[in-house]
Amino acid sequence: MQTVSAAEAISKIPDGATLMIGGFMGVGTPERLVDELVRQGKRNLTVIANDTALPGRGIGKLVDAGLVSRTIASHIGLNPETQKQMIAGKMTVDLVPQGTLIERIRAGGYGLGGVLTPTGVGTVVEEGKQKVQVNGKSYLVETALHAQFALVEAFLADYMGNLSYALTARNFNPVIAMAADTTIVAAEHIVPVGLIAPDHVVTPAPLVDYLVTNG
Amino acid sequence: MDPQAIIAKRIAQELRSGMLVNLGIGIPTMVANFVPSDVKVFFQSENGLIGTGAIPEQGMGHRLLTDAGGRPVTALPGACTFDSAMSFGLIRGGHVDITVLGALQVDAHGLLANWMIPGKMVPGMGGAMDLVTGAKRVIVAMQHTAKGKPKIVNKCTLPLTSERPIDLVVSEMAVIAFPGGRATLLERAPGVTTEQVVAATEAKLAIPDKIPEMQL
Repeated sequence: MQTVSAAEAISKIPDGATLMIGGFMGVGTPERLVDELVRQGKRNLTVIANDTALPGRGIGKLVDAGLVSRTIASHIGLNPETQKQMIAGKMTVDLVPQGTLIERIRAGGYGLGGVLTPTGVGTVVEEGKQKVQVNGKSYLVETALHAQFALVEAFLADYMGNLSYALTARNFNPVIAMAADTTIVAAEHIVPVGLIAPDHVVTPAPLVDYLVTNG
Repeated sequence: MDPQAIIAKRIAQELRSGMLVNLGIGIPTMVANFVPSDVKVFFQSENGLIGTGAIPEQGMGHRLLTDAGGRPVTALPGACTFDSAMSFGLIRGGHVDITVLGALQVDAHGLLANWMIPGKMVPGMGGAMDLVTGAKRVIVAMQHTAKGKPKIVNKCTLPLTSERPIDLVVSEMAVIAFPGGRATLLERAPGVTTEQVVAATEAKLAIPDKIPEMQL
């Protein structure tokens, strides 16, 4: 694990990269990293996240700046700008049921090729997908998702990179921390080793590549 | 009584102590306001919270404690938080006793369409498909008609949410269930006649001999 500035961390990301970004309607999204992506003008990004938040907030800032060419998300309904760019053909949006999206990411991080889920059977979601029967029940084969970078927001990070999360800001964060080649973490508080008790560590330090310094 | 309040109050009567319950946005959210004080249920927010409480007083919210719409909520004593994989494990795994959601259309067999209008409204399904597929009991809270047109139709013309039929529709006019895959009128709202319900419903309703009024 390396400690770096936000500018340095984001400088590792090339144009055209695939990013997983934590957060649910902007809650638990690393705003400092998003701001830095906008400042450095990273283009043609693929974003894998629960939603695109609102204009001016979280992932919405990337959409506002026209930096996203593809989004894989479960919900874009509260961001009219995303819908506008989708209709105008500026952005491709793949809509995935939320439980399927998080399981595809989990599968990517856990070394699985995908998961079998009943969600989407008999709906438009099953189009183009393999369907299998297990014990007489139908499931869709939903393939694993992987990214080049995961942008994670933690509540506490210790000096080694162990992470814990707060309240509903946890959401996608610990799952995406497993599913990318490079994991970049911004934490609300950076604390001495031992302050997060072993039982309370949610993301183990070896998963973190870059911890962004505060201040 | 306000139509939305009729729906929310009637659905609240379906809740029992100890149940894990997920409420959608809109009328479903209002169900929480009508739960009797002696009924202790666990409300789940699918963004990762069990024990969701009321909206906090002005200035008392925490920016990291929100509902699935991103609005500040409170957490009740005994609340717990978790990641999205566990949240949807609870939903898909059959651990949620009741989910209450809105609808665009429900058909004669209880199939639900509630997530998109092609060419018009494509917000994404969010958690709806998982909730309808996985919850033990699915209750739809909706106005009986939209712009005068029935929402309970013969066959959904909008994209389905799941192949799993819902269990109950509660509208400001009626309570309708789907025993044996057939829309059946169970209760009428106060002052509403069976004929009025039938007239406002496109799907053919099975009509039992006795159709009591909702006890609100």
